Amino acid sequence: MNHREEMFIGKTADISQEVCDGDRITSSSRRSFLGLLLGAGAAGVGALLSVPLFRFLLHPLLTATSSSSWKEVGSVEDLASVTSPVKKLVKIEQRDGWRKIVSEKALYVCKDATGRLCAFSSVCPHLGCSIAWHDEKSNFLCPCHNGQFTPDGKLLGGPPPRGMDQLEIKIEDGLLMVHYQNFRQLVRHKEVIA
Amino acid sequence: MAENSYLFGRERRLAPPPAEPGTLHRWIDHRKHIDSFLHAVLDEAIPGGASLAYVFGSGLLYLLLSQVITGMFLVLYYVPSADHAHTTVAYITKEVTSGSFIRSIHAYGSSAIVIVLLLHVTQTFLFGSYKGRRKLLWLAGCALFALMLGMSFTGYLLPWDQKAYFATTVGTNILTYIPFVGNSLKSLLRGGTEMGTLTLSRFFVLHVFLIPAFIFAFVAIHVFMFRKAGPAGPVQGEPEALKQSTEPFYPKQVLYDLIFAVLIIAGLGLLAHYAPVELGPKANPADTQYVPRPEWYYIPVFQWLKYWESGLAVLGILVIPAFVALLFVALPFLDRRPERRPWKRPVSVSIYGFVFIALGALGAISHRHDLRDPSIAPQLRKQRADVEAFMKKPFEPELAGPSLIAATVALTNPVAGKGKKVFDQEGCAECHGEDLTGTSAAPTLIGVGDKRDSAKLESILKQPTDAMTDGGMTPVELNEEDLKNLIAFLKALK
Repeated sequence: MNHREEMFIGKTADISQEVCDGDRITSSSRRSFLGLLLGAGAAGVGALLSVPLFRFLLHPLLTATSSSSWKEVGSVEDLASVTSPVKKLVKIEQRDGWRKIVSEKALYVCKDATGRLCAFSSVCPHLGCSIAWHDEKSNFLCPCHNGQFTPDGKLLGGPPPRGMDQLEIKIEDGLLMVHYQNFRQLVRHKEVIA
Repeated sequence: MAENSYLFGRERRLAPPPAEPGTLHRWIDHRKHIDSFLHAVLDEAIPGGASLAYVFGSGLLYLLLSQVITGMFLVLYYVPSADHAHTTVAYITKEVTSGSFIRSIHAYGSSAIVIVLLLHVTQTFLFGSYKGRRKLLWLAGCALFALMLGMSFTGYLLPWDQKAYFATTVGTNILTYIPFVGNSLKSLLRGGTEMGTLTLSRFFVLHVFLIPAFIFAFVAIHVFMFRKAGPAGPVQGEPEALKQSTEPFYPKQVLYDLIFAVLIIAGLGLLAHYAPVELGPKANPADTQYVPRPEWYYIPVFQWLKYWESGLAVLGILVIPAFVALLFVALPFLDRRPERRPWKRPVSVSIYGFVFIALGALGAISHRHDLRDPSIAPQLRKQRADVEAFMKKPFEPELAGPSLIAATVALTNPVAGKGKKVFDQEGCAECHGEDLTGTSAAPTLIGVGDKRDSAKLESILKQPTDAMTDGGMTPVELNEEDLKNLIAFLKALK
């Protein structure tokens, strides 16, 4: 079989047709085997090349965006005299891709039944409105849907599924520090969202 | 024919089609004629057989694909604005997983395109493959060459670092040499008389939308014309013998092309991994010392421009390059003999060789100057050191809504509030920015209190460091009270 004949078969032979003639395999199957090899090789190289692309694409999903550090609220000395809940602001830094967002979050510093300091997030566990303290009624009231809470954050009435969310606190060098976190709304039990 | 169409119609009604030996492939092919498409793509006859000399065209196609894909991914994080461009490129380079690698593949890819393009053009030239019915093919190729140079010029500005800013300032200034319309063209390209955020927007649109659209169109034209004219084949040989040794594109040439593509991938991958592309400090238009240098393939032209003094500049900068470019484009119309063997075309081959050697020599001269010129070499070394220092610093995210910080500091801390007044009265904001995030003249003051204690702040306010003095910082002369308040304000900026 000369070169030209081989080419002719290679060009026109049916791809699915495999003609075996003893030990010799015609160029048709050799061609489709080579095609398979090239296709697999190209797919392999393509898959390898797409690895960095996928890692690049998924970067924001695989890195944490919010820092969960302790924030300073004020000196314990000043806060010791509180009789009713006081509103305090803490600055929370959050990473938004290549930006750093500094936002202020409100929280209430209160005293529990035993007279110890405690802190509550001002975000309503119902739908996330800001809860306000009403001195004259001596309770917390959410202006959106009338959720009501006692001065130590327990649910009094209204649609919220649970009481106000208590924040972790600690005292360091005479300063009250708070670990500010966000919690899932509309669930019965407090659940941190990252 | 009638029976055929009847069958065709019936077949369409009777889905699924009659089961035949064979599989999904046969079923799809029945409708879409994949086999005839593959036949058209893969079985193109190459006179004289496959050759390693023919790999450059498909190599360029591969590189174009690579640039398109990496470019699309880079835009996931890039923002084309003078405020954010540098931050976002720094974010890609320093923080995003594989970001430095993908950016490097894209940046080195543009250099690879220039190299492979020169090889492609040289092969076409030496083989005389632009002759006869391939004239239009050559012209489409010339258009692609120009578009590619436009891509690299516009892409160079996008990172908005010192190098990008100053090289593009010079590059766009060259337009003013064009008589009558030069200044208007420059303003049109820059989006104003000066370089700024609008320049960046324009270059981004050119780099990402306009020029690529033309490149796709011309690649389609180029490939279509190539297929229409057919491969030119070797420069010599009897027509009969060439016919005898004709091979289809698949498999041998496909194999060669794939080997070349794998070599490109390996080369770019190793380079991007072991010597990633760097990013310099953010563009500072107030810097008067900076010595800009263009990308390596523009260096010969850059050196050439140095030789032309004001009077003759138009000749050297416009007329001669335009003439050379025209000569290049018009090659198939000037060299019309059918002779393709390079050794039988001494004149055109010598001119081609001379232009290349001259460009190489200009590049070498420029490199020597930069190494030896005492007024330039130290500055270039300093710029290198600046780039390295910037690359070593961790990524610093941009502060969003920073004016809020200054306001809240003043509200929550009464001493710092008084300090803010001092800050305003002393005019510090003119250089450090109303929002304290810095300007081109001076750095941000947000976080300055974390880096230095009160005593250190006091000493550098009274006696700024040399670097600060160079930047225009003057010693602050205040009474004890005001100085204390100012330091309290600075300490509070977090």
